[in-house]
Amino acid sequence: MSEPTPESAPERGEEESLGSVGAARVVVEEHVSDCRTSDFVDEPMLMTFPHLLVRECVAFLGLSIFLVVMSLCFDAPLESIADPTRTPNPAKAPWYFLGMQELLQYYPPIVAGVLFPALLIIALAIIPYFRVNIERPPLWKSAPWTQVASLWGVVAGLSGVFYFTGSVPIWSLMVPLWAVGLAMTAGALPWRRSRLGIWLQTRSLAFWIFAWFLLAATTLTVIGLWFRGPGWRFTLPWYDGFY
Amino acid sequence: MRKIATALTRSRVWRSVFRHGFPDSNRNRSLAIFSSFFLHFHPVKVRVRAIAFTRTFYLGGLALACFFILTVTGTFLMFYYHPIVPSAYNDMKDLQFVVSYGMFLRNLHRWTSRTMIALVFVHMAWTFMRGAYRHPREFNWTIGVGLLVITVLLSYTGTLLPWDQLSYWAVAVGTNIVGAIPIIGAKVKLLLLGGHEINDNALLRFYVLHCVVLPLTLAFGVGLHLWRVRKDGGIHLPELPPRRDDVGDENYASTRADAGSPESSDAPHENA
Ligand code: HEM
Repeated sequence: MSEPTPESAPERGEEESLGSVGAARVVVEEHVSDCRTSDFVDEPMLMTFPHLLVRECVAFLGLSIFLVVMSLCFDAPLESIADPTRTPNPAKAPWYFLGMQELLQYYPPIVAGVLFPALLIIALAIIPYFRVNIERPPLWKSAPWTQVASLWGVVAGLSGVFYFTGSVPIWSLMVPLWAVGLAMTAGALPWRRSRLGIWLQTRSLAFWIFAWFLLAATTLTVIGLWFRGPGWRFTLPWYDGFY
Repeated sequence: MRKIATALTRSRVWRSVFRHGFPDSNRNRSLAIFSSFFLHFHPVKVRVRAIAFTRTFYLGGLALACFFILTVTGTFLMFYYHPIVPSAYNDMKDLQFVVSYGMFLRNLHRWTSRTMIALVFVHMAWTFMRGAYRHPREFNWTIGVGLLVITVLLSYTGTLLPWDQLSYWAVAVGTNIVGAIPIIGAKVKLLLLGGHEINDNALLRFYVLHCVVLPLTLAFGVGLHLWRVRKDGGIHLPELPPRRDDVGDENYASTRADAGSPESSDAPHENA
């Protein structure tokens, strides 16, 4: 699955036209350039003591100052003593779980609370082993419009899933998906020379999936944090205040 | 002054502790890193490009710093805290009103924990964006995901300890989700809570997890993680010199992910 990345294909074509001697030369040159580029010998080096240690100390001091100022200015919340008979409304989880709690509105606990997090952790853990996706050439190198079509096929399919399977349509997952789709499509446009264009063109599929994950997680968390009030109804913080 | 310093660093006691003189020569500077238990996870020399601030934003290092601060503040909090039902909450009130700097201590622990989660998350995102999860660092990435999970669990188990409304209901929501896992869910929930509802038993279990089991696991995991950073050849850097042919850096590097032999290229770095 992982073997020939289409990117190396032109090189292979070159080798063939050069015959076996030429191919060998290409291989040797590749190797020589490997040695030159991956050896650190001619790279500028610094002594860890003091250069790196000083930087670490400065970073640590900066962090400490930030934390001390935070602790002087803001008090950690403490509500009344736990009372199993009185459910607060809304009962919000700590902020890093709010994305998940937000999803609990759309799916039963077994899906939002168990299946999604489990899939997410597994997906994160195996990202580096997905050779197919990571070692792809620029997505749009060959037949860009067919690929754009299949991209939007996938986007439409996923949107359908999020539209119909949740208890109500889950816009907070769909909108980031469309944003990522648009950015990917922009990469397929023929703007060879601009820096932004090159950047967009050369992102891998893994990058885009991760970007969607980041966007969706942020959206869900922000909504859960500031835009949910009693009964988990949608509220506007500048109108109804914070919960 | 200079004389005193020289006398001090030449004394038997200094030598027995540090095993090298004042780090003003490159040899002694190397020894300062090399022969110190605490510093030897650093290489003796580092590439200039690797310590540029924007390379890592020192995010991993700062997450580790948070872990240190949490260990220290957490130890102090343990002096005042009893994991029993009414006193757990009363101890929080004491910290607020009776103990000198108690509120500051509690705030520091709380905000450091939140900062740590944020730092670990951003560290992950930035590591991904830089492409540092690729070969040969795949496994270290996977270890990192484990660390992220443990970090969140640490914060979560800590949430129950103040025993206020926030704690109680956050844990109630969480353990109900655990209970929803098919087949094993109910059993796991029973195991976590030590009963069918959230009471003293649950508090004690969360306390032990929070103060002993999870921190030890995290410390061990971080040790492994840092060791792997070294073994995988230090901080990931783009190839030198960047060859920007038609594809651009990222894909150029990715086509070669398997080509270079990481072990051989790391050797000078490791032994320097
Ligand atoms: C308690 C949590 C963690 C701690 C204390 C930690 C610590 C560190 C440190 C000190 C470094 C050296 C570079 C730097 O300072 O950024 C590093 C590198 C690295 N970390 Fe973490 N880390 C943690 C979590 C994670 C997570 C969640 C991931 C990813 C899922 C991860 C993946 C990596 C990778 C791949 C490297 C190598 C980066 C490179 O070569 O450029 N770490 N970590």
